[in-house]
Amino acid sequence: MGFGIAIKVQGPYALFCRPEMKAERVSYDVITPSAARAIIEACYFKPAIRWIIDRIHVMNEIRFDNVRRNEVENVISVRNVMAAFNGKPSDLHQYASLERQQRASLLLRDVSYVIEAHFEMTDRAGPDDTEEKHYNIAVRRLRKGQCYYQPYLGCREFSAKVELLEGDIPASFYTGTEKDLGWMLWDIDYSNDKKPLFFRPVMKNGIIEVPDLLKKGGMS
Amino acid sequence: MFNKNNPIANRYEFVLLFDVENGNPNGDPDAGNMPRIDPETGLGLVTDVCLKRKIRNYVSIAKGSEDGYDIYVQEGAVLNEQHLKAYKAVGIEPDTKNKRLPSDKDKAEQIIDFMCKHFYDIRTFGAVMTTEVNCGQLRGPVQINFARSIDPVVQQEVTITRMAVTNIKDMEKERSMGRKYIIPYGLYRVEGFVSANFAKKTGFSSSDLELLWEALINMFDHDRSAARGKMESRKLFIFQHSSMLGNAPAHKLFDCIKVNRVDPSTPPRFFTDYEVVVEKESIPDGVTLIERL
Repeated sequence: MGFGIAIKVQGPYALFCRPEMKAERVSYDVITPSAARAIIEACYFKPAIRWIIDRIHVMNEIRFDNVRRNEVENVISVRNVMAAFNGKPSDLHQYASLERQQRASLLLRDVSYVIEAHFEMTDRAGPDDTEEKHYNIAVRRLRKGQCYYQPYLGCREFSAKVELLEGDIPASFYTGTEKDLGWMLWDIDYSNDKKPLFFRPVMKNGIIEVPDLLKKGGMS
Repeated sequence: MFNKNNPIANRYEFVLLFDVENGNPNGDPDAGNMPRIDPETGLGLVTDVCLKRKIRNYVSIAKGSEDGYDIYVQEGAVLNEQHLKAYKAVGIEPDTKNKRLPSDKDKAEQIIDFMCKHFYDIRTFGAVMTTEVNCGQLRGPVQINFARSIDPVVQQEVTITRMAVTNIKDMEKERSMGRKYIIPYGLYRVEGFVSANFAKKTGFSSSDLELLWEALINMFDHDRSAARGKMESRKLFIFQHSSMLGNAPAHKLFDCIKVNRVDPSTPPRFFTDYEVVVEKESIPDGVTLIERL
């Protein structure tokens, strides 16, 4: 087991989309382990390490808000790009007025989480890759506010404020309660044909213990 | 112009202040096109995609049919013109044409490069390519949050009349009535990010960045309409980090720009009702503040 860190992650909006409600996006009640991993990876990641989320502390009350936006329907067609690439006439534009869809999103408001995580070395680690080295780089970057790209809460328009938490973890809004959050996405298993892995978190005193499903064989 | 080997080398954050006078900056489709509002605070909202649309429109006006500045997500109004432009743009054969496409991964990369080379909005904001060749999503260097007004905004409904009718059966009515929604005044603040690391992937260069700043300053000047009223970019603060990864957390930089009411006892109606305070002494080492407007 590598060194652990705790980070405080906040933002006015967040959207951790439920896979079963994607057309009109609906957020999970809390951040998923995969979104939490991506926030840490936005700050520091190397193929030699794998970040594992241990615990998620939900600091604020869970509240929702609705936003509807004009969106386009389709993705870029590779066939058309290939035609253009080969010099054949092909229209690569996407026309907002012809492909307009109005979609609502159910967002989370004013979220604040403390994420406890650690990393493990992967089989891509070379002889120079020590746990101390990677831990020190990660902590240094978090302290300085450096990042590879701006971390975000589920979608890129909802950027996250990230701080290294070096003191005690404050008490959650949900202290003294227990809440079953139902089945939630844990992460995607990229080594196994992008298989989604699910878990059933229970939030006790605002704290979710996150299992490492890749280690335990997983459930899906 | 596109040159994948010449991406920007610094991280940036920016704060843009823009205002609206007697207009609707961004209608809410869920509320009959009334100005978007945060129901809990009464603050006005303008979505990220609304502002990205204006940046795209500005670039397409500023650059016309110049190679490399095409816009992928088009608005319908100039359909035919844009069609022609597209044919013209792709009529120029890329150098790679006669090269054999090797394995799929390279092919995917070439396709992405091709799109980045031609389209400014893909270089800037990224794009979703189909999963057919597993390109996944291309995240662009520029990310924009929702804009929020500094103070709660008032949505005012204005009833208007038209001295004509649409259908002959309504002739007797002589005129029809309609509605407009306006905000008397709102000063909005939006924050954005430019990642040098993502710029490496899309080839977003320093001239592309310059065009982005220009677009942020001028985008409302080319978006006049009956609905918008008077909208202007008022201040653009750019934080340039001296390194690629950055030298300070984004939120600390954003906190250096404060916007206060001069006289909180009267409702704001002009930009001069606000004062913008730049706490220059709190800007960390390694970060340069550039005021562009």
